[in-house]
This record gives sequence, C-alpha cells and structure tokens, in this order.
Amino acid sequence: MDLLFESLHEAARLLLGGDPYVWDTLWLSLRVSGIAVVLGVLLGLPVGVLVGVSRFAGRRIVVALIHTGFALPPVVVGLFVYVMLSRAGPAGPLQLLFTPTAMVAAQALLASPYVAGITLAAMQAVPADARVQARALGAARWQALAAHVREAWLGVVAAIIAGFGAVISEVGAVLMVGGNIRGETRVMTTAIVLETRRGNFAVAMALGIVLLVVAFGVNLLLTRLQQGRARGLLASTAHPWS
Amino acid sequence: MLRGDGLVRRYGGRTVVDVETVAVARGQVLAILGPNGAGKSTLFRLLALVEQADRGRVRLGGSDVHAGDTVAIRRLGAVFQRPYLFRGSVASNVGYALRVRGTARAERKRRIADALAWCGLADAGRADVATLSGGEVQRVALARALIARPDVLLLDEPAANLDVGVRRRFREDLERIVRHGAGAAILITHDPADAFALADRIAVMENGRIVQEGAPTDIVLEPATSFAAALTGAELLLNGMVKSTEPGLVTVLTGEALLVAVGTGDLAAGTMVHVSYRPEDVVLALPEHVGPSSAINRFTLRVAAVIPAGPLVRVRLAGDPELTALVTQRSADSLALAAGRVIVAQLKATALRAFKAG
Repeated sequence: MDLLFESLHEAARLLLGGDPYVWDTLWLSLRVSGIAVVLGVLLGLPVGVLVGVSRFAGRRIVVALIHTGFALPPVVVGLFVYVMLSRAGPAGPLQLLFTPTAMVAAQALLASPYVAGITLAAMQAVPADARVQARALGAARWQALAAHVREAWLGVVAAIIAGFGAVISEVGAVLMVGGNIRGETRVMTTAIVLETRRGNFAVAMALGIVLLVVAFGVNLLLTRLQQGRARGLLASTAHPWS
Repeated sequence: MLRGDGLVRRYGGRTVVDVETVAVARGQVLAILGPNGAGKSTLFRLLALVEQADRGRVRLGGSDVHAGDTVAIRRLGAVFQRPYLFRGSVASNVGYALRVRGTARAERKRRIADALAWCGLADAGRADVATLSGGEVQRVALARALIARPDVLLLDEPAANLDVGVRRRFREDLERIVRHGAGAAILITHDPADAFALADRIAVMENGRIVQEGAPTDIVLEPATSFAAALTGAELLLNGMVKSTEPGLVTVLTGEALLVAVGTGDLAAGTMVHVSYRPEDVVLALPEHVGPSSAINRFTLRVAAVIPAGPLVRVRLAGDPELTALVTQRSADSLALAAGRVIVAQLKATALRAFKAG
C-alpha cells in the first residue's frame, strides 16, 4: 500500500516537477510509437481495405495470416529487425541499429497487422449495398471505395487505436533494436524495466502511471476523432412525416 | 431514352431475367409490374447499370452503355427498394451525388435545399439518417437520386415499405416528382395501384419475362395472361355498345341486356365499349327474396356451374349477360346454388366500368 502511495506521489512529482529525464523519455516514446502507428496505418490500412472488399482465391489464408500478426511476439519482431539491421544483415550498411529509426521500424511492423485486421473486419461489416449505392449515385470506383471506408469509420479508428495500444505498451522490440541508451533510445517501457531491475519500484510504478495517463490522453483524442462524426447530427427531426 | 434489348441474367444456371425489349421514352413513365420473384429487381439493376447482363445490351440516349460506366450512370437516378443511406445527416446523403460529381460547395448547398423541399423534407436537412422513419428514408433516397437531375429516374418499389396512410401521400408526391423531376422514369412495382396511378405505360413481368406491355387501359381491357388480369383486379369483361349517356354514367347494351356503368373517358352513344367488373361485386339473391336496393343492374340468370375456389365459390351464370360471381361457401349453401338454379344477380353501377373498345 505504501509502495502504491509512494508511486502516485512520485508520478505527480515527475510529471509536474518537469523532470527532463521523464519528459525526454516520454517525448521519445510518443514520437517513436506515433510515427510507427502512422507507418503501420500506411501499410495496414490499404491491405485491410482491399482484402476487406475483394474476393480472391486464398483470401482466407491471407486473412488468417493477418490475424496471426495479432499474436506476433514483440521480441520476435525485434529479433527480425535486429537481424536485418545488424552489421551482417541486408540493411547493415545503413547503421540504424540502436537508433530510434530502428525502433520505429520494429513498431510499425507490430502495428500494421492490428490496423489491417481490424480495418478488414470493419470493412466487411458494412453491407456491400453501400458501394453499390454509391456507384448508382454516380460515384467512380474509388469514390465508392472511399464511401465504404467512411461507413467503416468507427472500425477504422478502432484499428488505429489498437495499433497504437500495441506499440506504446511493448518493450521487447524496442529493447532489442533500441538498446535502451539513455537520452538516445530509452523510452518509457524500457525505462520501467530498467528502474525495476535497479529496485526503484516507486520510480518504475510512477513511470508506468505516467505512461498510462498519456496513453489515455492520446486515446481520448482518437476516440473524439472516432465518435465525432456520430455526434451533433441529431439536431432537428421536427419535420413532416415523422 | 433508356432501353434494354435481349437482356438475359442468370444466377447459378437459373434464368432470372429474359427480356426481349424494355424501353422508356423521354417524358414517359414506364411501370414494370409483376409479383415478387418475377425478376423485376434484377432487371432494375441491369437498367440502373449496377449489374451486367449475361446477354443483351442497354442503350441510353441511343448509345450502348455498360454496367459500371460512371459517365452513363451519372445520367441515371436509381432508388433501390431498400435504399442504403450513408451514415450522417440527411443533407450529406442528399448532396452525395453532387459531391462525387465535384459540384462546388455553394451550388451544392443550394441544390440540396431545393431537393429537400421538393421531396417534402425541407426541415430535415440536419437530421441524422438513423432517426428517420421508413417514409422519410424513401424521400431522402428520392431527393438524393433527383438532385443530379437524371435523364432517367429508376424506382424499385418506392412505396413497398411504407404504411398505408403514408403510402397514399407518398404516391401523390411521387406522381408530382416523377412528372416534373426527371426526363423519364421507370417504376418497378408489384402493386397495380402504383402502376396505374403513375405510369403512362405498363410492362407486366412474370417469371423473368415481360408478358405484356402497353397503356394501362390496354392491360386492364386485354390482359394477355391470366396473371395480368389478376394483377389489375378487373378480371372480367363484357362487350357492348353505349346506348345513352348521363353525367358520369353510361347505359350499355350487351347482348339483349342493358347495364348501367361508370363511363371512363369520352363515351358517346354508339361507341363500342368493354365493361369491366370484379366477380366479388356480383351480389346473388333468390328471385323471391329480391327487394329494393341501390344496385341498378339486376338480371335473372341461370347457374351454369359452381366451382370451389379455396374458401370461396366461383359461380358461372348463363343468360344475358353472362356473369361470374364470387361468393362465400356459406352464401352458396344458403342459396342452395347448383347448376340449373335460377338466381338474380345484382351489380351496382359503380362496380362496372366502361372503357372505349379497341
């Protein structure tokens, strides 16, 4: 109980006290995971949309593969990126290992199956009538597809939220390819691991609380983006034939 | 304006549509009338260019067009039986067709307001589509199809999902809209009332084929199939000549008998006419029991045959004129109807309708 109270106190002190170590670490966490999610969306969204609306031989296998991505252990992804970026690996000459770029790459790979898989389900949940209707109203093929994505909007944003959640909280991949170098590649999750190992439980807990609070803030923004469209349209229903 | 020739559509080996010709001219309203499962909606999708026929061609304004041809589709306005409304407001749905055509925002706004007013939704622009009633959904779908001023408006059962009360008002509005809102219109319906209220021409569709096509009076007067006859309800016809006229009514000589009917159109004495009636309007009574009634037409006839028809009984009457009556089994029993029995058949003038023949 003491530990919890102490942690909360420490969390408040770290956040409000403007501790540069915490703020820098937090900022790097958000930057790495933020960029990774954007890349994950660029990678996963088109796949989710296209697989969601098309029918082709072997589609089930592709869907199952995407869903398997949900179960990708971050350390495996980290290992894969590590091998790719290590001196002997194909991308070795780029010298990206133990840089934030390597962490972004690993997290983007982790986020994209979530984005693809949930987008896919959301697209499939929209009746095919939506696209036919759009076409009948004069929409070109791509405009009808855009209308379909708009109909799946709640699910698409849920996909982004899930992708963000998967990467902001993971430690395995960033630890492997980032190396937890203070001021360089240390993010919130790796800092928590480090503080725990050092026995600074209160600080570790405090960092955890800070991370949760910030994640809540980001999700609040994403949820606003998601629910915003449904909001504010219930204004006037007073008209004939109601 | 829009025509289909030799259109064939099959699903899994089953031919759903096999139509030789279907066409609507500029300024015309064509109703495609048929029962559920006749293939009407499939034909609708072929004509609306959202589905490709296996065989045959669709022509719009004289040029061949194909399903998915965006330029051609933009000249059509299709309202599906169960319209899909996009999430969001009524106005955003109504403006969709203009948005995809790249119409400027200000112009779009003005035309949305016009289309909403035109379809009786003037104050509903900001409403969420999720809050709309069935009638409103149909109106939104109609406004959405009309806003881009289509050359041909296509409507698939626009009134099918509406309550009876709403339906009549909707049909009245539809008539106004169809007449003035589009260059031509094709109306798919299973309800003869819709077809007769709105169409210049009616194509009767049965088992994927158009079995008859013509002006509404042709369909009533000369139904090509028993199905067409049953559809229009005016199942039975007598032939005769107008003997005299009075406001709204004509006296028609048919065989040796005179009957008084409601005159349709311009009928003068000497005009050859068809007189239609429904067998359920024929009231039967025993000669000794006939008292005064509002039925002007009264004939003493002989029962030729008594044919059970489900819970009812169809009674064929010989004499002048020859009539068929439809009565309940109970009435048939109480009148002891049997071949050879003499009976009095009565018909109100309002149950008879005289049409010019030919």
